[in-house]
Amino acid sequence: MKLVIVAGPPSAGKTAVIRQIVREFRSTESPVFLKIDVVRAFEDEELRAEFGIPARKVYSGDLCPDHMGIMILRDAIAWAEGLKAGMLIVESAGLCLRCTPYATQSFGIAVLSAVSGSNTPLKMAPMIALADVAVVTKTDLISQAEKEVFRECIRMVRTGLDIIETNAIQGTGMRYLMQAIAAAPEISDPETITLRGTPPLGVCTICVGKKEIGWQHHFGVIRPLDAADNLFRGD
Amino acid sequence: MRSEQFRELAILPGANRYGEKEGFDRIALRPGDTVSIVGSTGSGKSAFVNDIEVLAQGDTVTGRSILINGLPPSDDMVRDPAKKPIALITQNTRVIADLTVERFLSLHIKARDTDAHALVEKTVALANEFTGEKIAPGMRMTSLSGGQTRSLLIADAILIGQTPILLLDEVENAGIFKEKVIRCLKHYHKAVIFVTHDPLLAMITDRRIIMKNGAVTAVLEPGGTERDMVLHVSGIDAFLVELRERIRAGDLIGADLLKNPVVPA
Repeated sequence: MKLVIVAGPPSAGKTAVIRQIVREFRSTESPVFLKIDVVRAFEDEELRAEFGIPARKVYSGDLCPDHMGIMILRDAIAWAEGLKAGMLIVESAGLCLRCTPYATQSFGIAVLSAVSGSNTPLKMAPMIALADVAVVTKTDLISQAEKEVFRECIRMVRTGLDIIETNAIQGTGMRYLMQAIAAAPEISDPETITLRGTPPLGVCTICVGKKEIGWQHHFGVIRPLDAADNLFRGD
Repeated sequence: MRSEQFRELAILPGANRYGEKEGFDRIALRPGDTVSIVGSTGSGKSAFVNDIEVLAQGDTVTGRSILINGLPPSDDMVRDPAKKPIALITQNTRVIADLTVERFLSLHIKARDTDAHALVEKTVALANEFTGEKIAPGMRMTSLSGGQTRSLLIADAILIGQTPILLLDEVENAGIFKEKVIRCLKHYHKAVIFVTHDPLLAMITDRRIIMKNGAVTAVLEPGGTERDMVLHVSGIDAFLVELRERIRAGDLIGADLLKNPVVPA
C-alpha cells in the first residue's frame, strides 16, 4: 500500500489536488481517504459522494491537528490495510505550517496557491523543504512572469525541489504528479515509519523529537483513531 | 526556449462540444506571424489559447495537441515556465506578488539566469511606451493599474522572458496603446495570437480564426482582399481613439471633431 500525505495552508487547493489523484487511481489502487481537521471538515463526505471510496475524518478539537495526525497515523494505516486499499491519502488540516506531517515510506505533497504571495514559500519553509513535490495551484490566475517569480521563491527554500504547476480544478499539469505518485514506493514496514522532520515546539514527546508514529509510542496527550476524548498516558 | 530556437508551433485539431472534429487539419504559427481569434462569448476562444499555453497533449477538454518545432514538447518545456516558449497575458491577468516593480523584474531575471543589470530599466522604459500612465521601478506591483500591469508583462515577455510566442487575450480592453504594442511585437519578430472583439485588430492580423461551439470552424487568410476596408476601419478607429481621449479629458464634444481628416464619410 502507498501512503500519500497532502499538506498545505487552508484554501491552497489540497482537496482539488486529491480529487484528481482519486480520479486517476480509483480503478487501479482502491484509494481510501482520511482528513484531519480541527472543528469542521467536509472533504470526506464530498469524496465519498463523488467517488464512492471509503473516506473518514478525525477532529483534533483542542489538540494540535498535526500532533493528532502523528498519533493516529499508525491506526489509519491499519484501517486502510483492513479495507485492502492500495493507497491511503491523508489530508492535513494545514494550519500553523511549522510542522511537517510527512513520514518516511510516504509520498509527501506540499500544496500551495500561486496567489498566496511571494513570501509564503519562505514562511512555510519546513513544509516545502521536506516534501517530495510541491504542487502550485491556481496558476491560471497569474501571469507567466509571476509563475517564474513564484517558482524562484520556492527554490529559495529548496533548490531542485520537484515543482508541479497546475490548475487543479481543470487538471492541467497534473499528469506529472500522477507519474510521480505511480513511481513512489509502497510502505515496506509500517512499524518503522517515522516523521521526516522534527516539529518545532518542545512540549510533547513528538515536539522533542520522538518520530515514531502511533500513540503506542508516545506519552502525554495521546489519541487513538477511534476515541472521541483526549487521553493521557504517563505520570 | 529562446526566440532563436523557435521555428514553428503547430495546433492539431480536437473536437467541438458535440464531439465533432474541428474545421482545420493543422494551424502553424511561425516567428512574425499574427493571428486573431474571433467568435461570440463562450465560443471557446480562451480555451483555444489556454490549450496552447499549457501545451496540451490531448489532455484538455478540447482534445487538441500542440507541437513545437514539429515535435511534442519535452517534459522540461511543459513543466519549467522558464523553458516554455509562450507567455499568455489576458485582461484578467493580475499580479499578486507583493513586491516592487524593480524587485519583481529582478527575480524574473534571476529565474532566467539572464545577467543583465540594465534590463530592469529597459523593461520599465518599454512598458512605458505601451501605457499612458507612467510606471516607476519603486511602485508596488499590486498597485499598478490594469493597463500598467499588461504593459509591463508584455515588455517583460519581450525583453526578460524573450518569449517567442505571445498570447494576448482581449488586451485591447486594458488601456494600452495597441498599435504601439503590435509594431513592437513585429519589430521583435514575435509570433502573436490575439483573442479579440476589436474589428481593426482582427483585420490587421495575417490570419483570422473563427470559433463556434468550442471549436474552430474556419481559418481565414484575407491576403490583400480587405486592404481598402482596413484603411477605412483604421480611420474610424483613429476617430474613436480621439473621441475617447477628448471625453476622458472632460471635453464637451462638438461638431469640430468631424473636421478631423481621417473621419470616415
